[in-house]
Amino acid sequence: MALQSLDIVRRSATTTPSPDARGSYTGTVAKLIDTTKCIGCKACQVACMEWNDLRDGIGTNVGSYQNPADLTENTWTLMRFTEYENPKGDLEWLIRKDGCMHCADPGCLKACPSPGAIVQYANGIVDFHEENCIGCGYCVTGCPFDIPRISKRDKKAYKCTLCSDRVAVGLEPACIKACPTGALVFGTKEDMQQHAAERVEDLKSRGFEHAGLYDPPGVGGTHVMYVLHHADQPQLYAGLAADPHISTFVRLWKGKTKPLALLVMGLTALAGFFHFVRVGPNEVDERDEAAARQTLEGGQTRRPSPDAGAAEKRP
Amino acid sequence: MSDAERRDTIVRYPAGVRTNHWLLALSFVLAALSGLALFHPALFWFSGLFGGGPWTRILHPFIGLFMALVFVFLAATVWDDNRLQPADWKWLRQWRDVVNNREERLPEVGRYNAGQKLLFFVIVVCLAALVLSGIVMWRAYFSWYFPIGVIRLATLLHAVCAFVLVCAILVHIYAALWVKGSVHAMVRGTVTPGWAWKHHRAWFRQITHAAHPRTGRD
Repeated sequence: MALQSLDIVRRSATTTPSPDARGSYTGTVAKLIDTTKCIGCKACQVACMEWNDLRDGIGTNVGSYQNPADLTENTWTLMRFTEYENPKGDLEWLIRKDGCMHCADPGCLKACPSPGAIVQYANGIVDFHEENCIGCGYCVTGCPFDIPRISKRDKKAYKCTLCSDRVAVGLEPACIKACPTGALVFGTKEDMQQHAAERVEDLKSRGFEHAGLYDPPGVGGTHVMYVLHHADQPQLYAGLAADPHISTFVRLWKGKTKPLALLVMGLTALAGFFHFVRVGPNEVDERDEAAARQTLEGGQTRRPSPDAGAAEKRP
Repeated sequence: MSDAERRDTIVRYPAGVRTNHWLLALSFVLAALSGLALFHPALFWFSGLFGGGPWTRILHPFIGLFMALVFVFLAATVWDDNRLQPADWKWLRQWRDVVNNREERLPEVGRYNAGQKLLFFVIVVCLAALVLSGIVMWRAYFSWYFPIGVIRLATLLHAVCAFVLVCAILVHIYAALWVKGSVHAMVRGTVTPGWAWKHHRAWFRQITHAAHPRTGRD
């Protein structure tokens, strides 16, 4: 094992336990994104580009400050801008920093068929190891948040790493370091929940009665959490999933059914073998040949067939 | 039947059909191995046969398409002989006689027996579903055009159909080994009159135009 801070607790397409002698007794980490403090400056987007050496192509204006228009293999975090007119008729500019949520129960990892292409560290970070990625896109199918992007060039899957390389050596993620308003904070998940609780209390005292923490239980909680003014309507924030969970189709596809299917295939082959052992082959013997000859001769002496040749050629 | 008579054999599968069948069989084996590699981690090592994970992912859909294409030609050739007749249901109900080699108790079988016909339609349905769902899942070219819900459903459907098809083909392979002379028929093209008489009597009568002993009809 390389770094204790990068101990792997879960590994894609692996059926045996991961080494777990070293527990994560110090807890897991989390990034808290306080949408109520965000001013949409995109310093986090730039910091992400710089630290991860990513340069997305120059896009086109889609009528908002959002740029690029969507997450890509080169844009792992993206400020999503929503203009929301609240029931009072006031305009609210809702800005949400989108990116991987680092689910405790990651749909991408569940769906991935390639051993070790997706891992979950003891600190809670879900990371893609592109050298093991085969480019099938099953992670896209599994993700409840529409995060992974397959590069059209190298056919590998990419997403936010929560700066696992920085976190591994005790640094905070690049986006956190760049945030000028304190909208982004990083620490243990417990501390972040506590900090969020204070923020929510403050927001409620200032009239945001539905303010709350977004830490969706459907995916076991996430290691990227939001403080939202409208926690009762997360979908207002550029379609943030209200109740994300791994799709039933994906569960059926990747759950107990697969080992079961494998077993049935094995048993089918085995059934054949034992049928052969117990019942034996179905063989033609001399009596059959004699009966056939008799019919053949009888049939032909009675009536030579005019189109037997044609029938013969039928496949 | 001049040729066949001289050799005292009956042509069951001409060279074209044999070629078609074995192209289908080879592509099925390759598609199944590459697909099973991605089906369950226990079989991921199959991907080594194709040059690693990415190559398996690249090749699998092309192999699958080739298989489906080859099957279209085979299906066109054998479709008519695979229509289910009333006697086929009787044959299926007597499956105990079938698996215990008591063929004399079964209704006379035409060119294909009810089991073969069922297999044929299982392949038709599974391959059609596999091709359609496979296109939806084909990340490199087509997945971009479909909403995520459709992709998820297609992925599940693909796995289910592949499972059914693999089981069906395992039965098919075993049946070929079990009924002696079948492999020879598909490799060399011919069967003995006794083989046709025993396993496909109605077909035997039809091609030899021998009168039916009971009805006296052709």
